[in-house]
Amino acid sequence: MSIYADLILDHYQYPRNNKTINGATAKVDLENPLCGDKLHMEILEKDGKIEEIGFTGEGCAISIASASMLTEHVKGKSKKELLAIRTEDVLGLLNIELTPNRMKCALLSWEALLKLVKI
Amino acid sequence: MIDPKQIKKDFPIFKNHPSLTYLDSAATSLKPKSVIRKITEYYEQYSANIHRGIYHLSEKASEEYEDARKVVALFLHASSANEIIFTRNATEGINLLASTIGVTNVSEGEEIVTTVMEHHANFVPWQQRAFDAGADFKVIDIDKNSVLPLNLSGHHSKSKKLVSMSDIISKKTKVLAIGLVSNTLGTINPVKKIIAAAKKINPQLVAVVDAAQAVPHMKIDVQDLGCDFLVFSSHKMLGPTGVGVLWGRHEILEQMPPYQYGGDMIHTVSLSETTFADSPHKFEAGTPHIAGVIALKEAIAYLEYVGFSNIQKHEHALTQYAMDSLLKTFNENIEIFGPSDPKKRAGLVSFQLKGVHAHDIAQILDEQDIAVRAGHHCTMPLHARLGIPASTRASFYIYNDLQDIDKLIDGLKEASKVFSKKS
Repeated sequence: MSIYADLILDHYQYPRNNKTINGATAKVDLENPLCGDKLHMEILEKDGKIEEIGFTGEGCAISIASASMLTEHVKGKSKKELLAIRTEDVLGLLNIELTPNRMKCALLSWEALLKLVKI
Repeated sequence: MIDPKQIKKDFPIFKNHPSLTYLDSAATSLKPKSVIRKITEYYEQYSANIHRGIYHLSEKASEEYEDARKVVALFLHASSANEIIFTRNATEGINLLASTIGVTNVSEGEEIVTTVMEHHANFVPWQQRAFDAGADFKVIDIDKNSVLPLNLSGHHSKSKKLVSMSDIISKKTKVLAIGLVSNTLGTINPVKKIIAAAKKINPQLVAVVDAAQAVPHMKIDVQDLGCDFLVFSSHKMLGPTGVGVLWGRHEILEQMPPYQYGGDMIHTVSLSETTFADSPHKFEAGTPHIAGVIALKEAIAYLEYVGFSNIQKHEHALTQYAMDSLLKTFNENIEIFGPSDPKKRAGLVSFQLKGVHAHDIAQILDEQDIAVRAGHHCTMPLHARLGIPASTRASFYIYNDLQDIDKLIDGLKEASKVFSKKS
């Protein structure tokens, strides 16, 4: 079965939170050299919660869709709630079977987010 | 002419994967059964270490191993078998050179010259060596048509587009490291002319040729090329993985220090000193990949049986057909990298399809059992130069036919359809 389900394609072609944030409290840049993917992510933290989150960058459908879904999922969550999220939960958002090589694409945005909240 | 249907019968992988369309031979080629059998033959019939045992199994293994050296020497038109050093791969061959002549020959303020289209294997070892030595690392750029814009005519050129060799090479240039065929662009570099022009300016420079993408596809004659060293990997030319070849001029090899120390590379060892074996053994420390080296002979035999002129004709026809089909099908939605004239390139096509990331293309093609390479193909400086993060590469070999390319085109149409924006 194709991993390019309608939901993935929708998030790739119309990514949510594909923006920069005014007054961002933390920013990060990450690269996946294997594919040449580049991801920039910003958050606005307020009262220990992710008030706003946005990302820009270039990448394959899996990495962009994953960033789009993840940013939707974590908006409004506290740092504590974020740290409770496991990689399986992130992959669960995509709801597709991925080979080990594509795992890196899917988890790039998660890696970025972890860096942001640990800053 | 080559009949890929007949050739396919010699490659057992097609029995196990009848629907496989393998378009990634530039990464590694498939293996004919003669090569696989030869590996098994060693382990089943004379599995012993070489150069040591005074018993007939070891003698047989040593004989087969040293015979491989002679076969490779003839294959490359080397002066003698002693000029052939077995390594793990082309990468190790370059690293051997960077850590021997790269150290003894290159000092602060001197230069190492290479090109922007090199594979990381022929780029990073020299770059790091230059940094360590405090030497300049000079990189020759490509032009719009993905070739090196060098004036090799020997006459002054009025064209501003061509770079004079004297602007690149000087008496300070100690190493010129250049690939014969680009693994990403397919460009065939005029290495013979480049080396001749460079040595005219500085006869002392050492010319190193990375022939990893050339040896599987064209007849190589090291005397004719005029280089000092040449490296390649067995696994891209129907042979086993884990075996590479470094050819070097005997007189230079004799002067070079060892690369690694240990067994099989010494003459005598005492508490106070060690003397080293002569080349090539000086450069082959430890037990090598005996089965792999022996089986490389079968790969060479297979290639010579098919014939390089047939291989080149076949690959040229496939490349021409692939380029024509891609352009006809996708028009302005595809960008093909490398020289536009198929005659000036080897059997591979790298491209970018508008709106579809290379990894997504490879994934969708894989769903149809079509294997291509997606990413930067170990040429990050070249991808940066082209201004792209990644590309998709289809590479061809003797077992590919026109139908494989038709399947590729159909697969790409499917990828394009999946990613066409919904209104």
